Amino acid sequence: MTAVLQILFDALSVGSIYALGALGIALIFGVMRLVNFAHGDYIAFCVFAMLWPSLDVVAIVFIGNLPWFLLIPVILGIGAGLSIISEILVFRRLRDANPATMMITSFALGFVIHNVLLMFYSSRPKAINLWSNLSLPVEIMGARIPLLQVITIVMTIVILLALVTFLRRTQFGVEMRAAAEDFTMARMLGVKANRVIMAAFGVSGALASCIALILATQTGVADINMGLPVMLVAFVATVIGGLGSLHGAVIAGFLIGGVSVLLQVFLPLEARPFRDAFVYSAVIASLLWRPQGLFAPKSSKERV
Amino acid sequence: MSTTKHPSVLAQTVSTPVILIGGLALIAVLTWAFGSNIFGRTVTEMFIRVALVVGMFTFIGNSGVISFGHAGFMCIGAYGSAWLTIPPMMKKVLLPGLSPMLANAELTFFLSLIIASLFAGVIAFAVGLILMRLSGIASSIATFAMLAVINTIYSNWGPVTGGTSSVVGIPITTGVWISFGGAAAAVVIAYLYGISRSGLALRAGRDEAVAAAASGVDIYRERLIAFTISGALCGMAGVLYAHFLGVVNPDAFYLGVTFISLSMLVVGGMSSLSGAVIGVVLISAIIELLRKMEKGITVGEGTLSLPNGIQEIAIGVVMIVILMFRPGGLTGGAELSLTRTSANDGYSKKDQGSGNHPDNKPRR
Repeated sequence: MTAVLQILFDALSVGSIYALGALGIALIFGVMRLVNFAHGDYIAFCVFAMLWPSLDVVAIVFIGNLPWFLLIPVILGIGAGLSIISEILVFRRLRDANPATMMITSFALGFVIHNVLLMFYSSRPKAINLWSNLSLPVEIMGARIPLLQVITIVMTIVILLALVTFLRRTQFGVEMRAAAEDFTMARMLGVKANRVIMAAFGVSGALASCIALILATQTGVADINMGLPVMLVAFVATVIGGLGSLHGAVIAGFLIGGVSVLLQVFLPLEARPFRDAFVYSAVIASLLWRPQGLFAPKSSKERV
Repeated sequence: MSTTKHPSVLAQTVSTPVILIGGLALIAVLTWAFGSNIFGRTVTEMFIRVALVVGMFTFIGNSGVISFGHAGFMCIGAYGSAWLTIPPMMKKVLLPGLSPMLANAELTFFLSLIIASLFAGVIAFAVGLILMRLSGIASSIATFAMLAVINTIYSNWGPVTGGTSSVVGIPITTGVWISFGGAAAAVVIAYLYGISRSGLALRAGRDEAVAAAASGVDIYRERLIAFTISGALCGMAGVLYAHFLGVVNPDAFYLGVTFISLSMLVVGGMSSLSGAVIGVVLISAIIELLRKMEKGITVGEGTLSLPNGIQEIAIGVVMIVILMFRPGGLTGGAELSLTRTSANDGYSKKDQGSGNHPDNKPRR
């Protein structure tokens, strides 16, 4: 029982991060068919934002020392701001470009952000001491689970619920969902493209900063490459879930997290280093089974 | 191919590969005549990139499906050649898990180049049998998943691939001329495929999938052919790279190389062979120039130098700016050609959506 609980919590907390990432990518994809490869670098940028304004080799946390009720909104704001700025400066001009061009542009943007960070902070990972008391274990039904895992899962659920409310109940949210379903139709019915796209970028950036906060607390380091693996899995999850489907992205994120934790536990020892090969083979199998994704929205069917 | 009054496809388009190879040859000759040793290495690396990106173009350009997986074939080719050419004495120590046949092999570079490239092609065929059923973004993700699988296997199968540590002892044979030969061969093969029945049919499928299928194009089959050829070409680029550095390492063939070569392809213009070559040459040139400027150039009395790290930032910005102003890439999908009708097979300027071009239908 305790072992099962442990695995469950592991799977959920890994899955939460992937789900948040997938949601961030799916939101933008929904409104402008852009697969945003810069998302991982938004995450890294937000982590390093906690070190501002110091550029020292030994991390002197400044913004990171703010009390949590200030720190969280500041970091969320930074993530959303960065994302919106990149929309205004770069992606706005590429709305009519084909998906490959947008994809490569977003990659180039990520490359720029990455190298700006590299120039200021060098590639050596830095220790960040953010809320370190959260890694103490708590006991839940006999299983010793780090408090942070519990908080991660609870936070993810809260974020998802908040987002669902936002998408269901507010004007913005309804517009955004309509746009994700069928952008042309939504525009014809009076949804303002600029507004809804900027909102999508803003929310997506804020989600990136949530991941940044969780990762920084979890690992205790600021590493320039820390966003990349999350972004890649999130990207895969978005497609498996069905591009354009927001809940599909979230479920697929949890699914990939769950599968990789389960494989880690149940694979024979000699096969364990090859875990990722199994995970990605499962991804291919899932795509062959459902090329449009597990939860594809109706609008994604190709019309002749 | 043509029974009509039109001149044959070959006659219409042959100037493209001639111009491209001529341009590359000019670079090779100039390097040989004037370049320093270090510059020679830069040019060699560029030629290898040309072979790689042209290999990727063979699939991506003709099918319109972005593949993130081609660095995997490069990896397969590079390791294949490492298995075949490292002296058996060293292999016993470095890679004890190799099968006896491979462990005792010590082939010459050219033989190994051919075998390892074909091996990459065979793997591409086998993988393609499964993956080519998919299209669009699902296909892109599946190729990425394939790359991740290949990378995981090569990074962890210690006795056979040396794991994440580098495999050393590969004979260094790739120089400017051999890499030029590889790039030229890739251009010729990509060109010949492009004007073949299969290449034309695949491009028809890219521009108008439904119409092409209705006209009897089996898109799955044509994609598989293109994927196999492009896998073999990327494998060849991998072999050249392995024999250029003398060292292989699985992470050299992962995301970094995937993204930079895709960027070169898209910046050049991903639906034309000229775009593939121009993209590589241009971006390599810019990178080299910025690198020089980072080291410092003498202006009058003082030296002017860019701060460290600016080079990468600048290359990213340059790519963004190019794509903002020319979303279809520099060539916009057109080929370099001596004849006026450059867009002879219906490469559309707009890249997407303009499927009604009268020339787009496959000619029979």
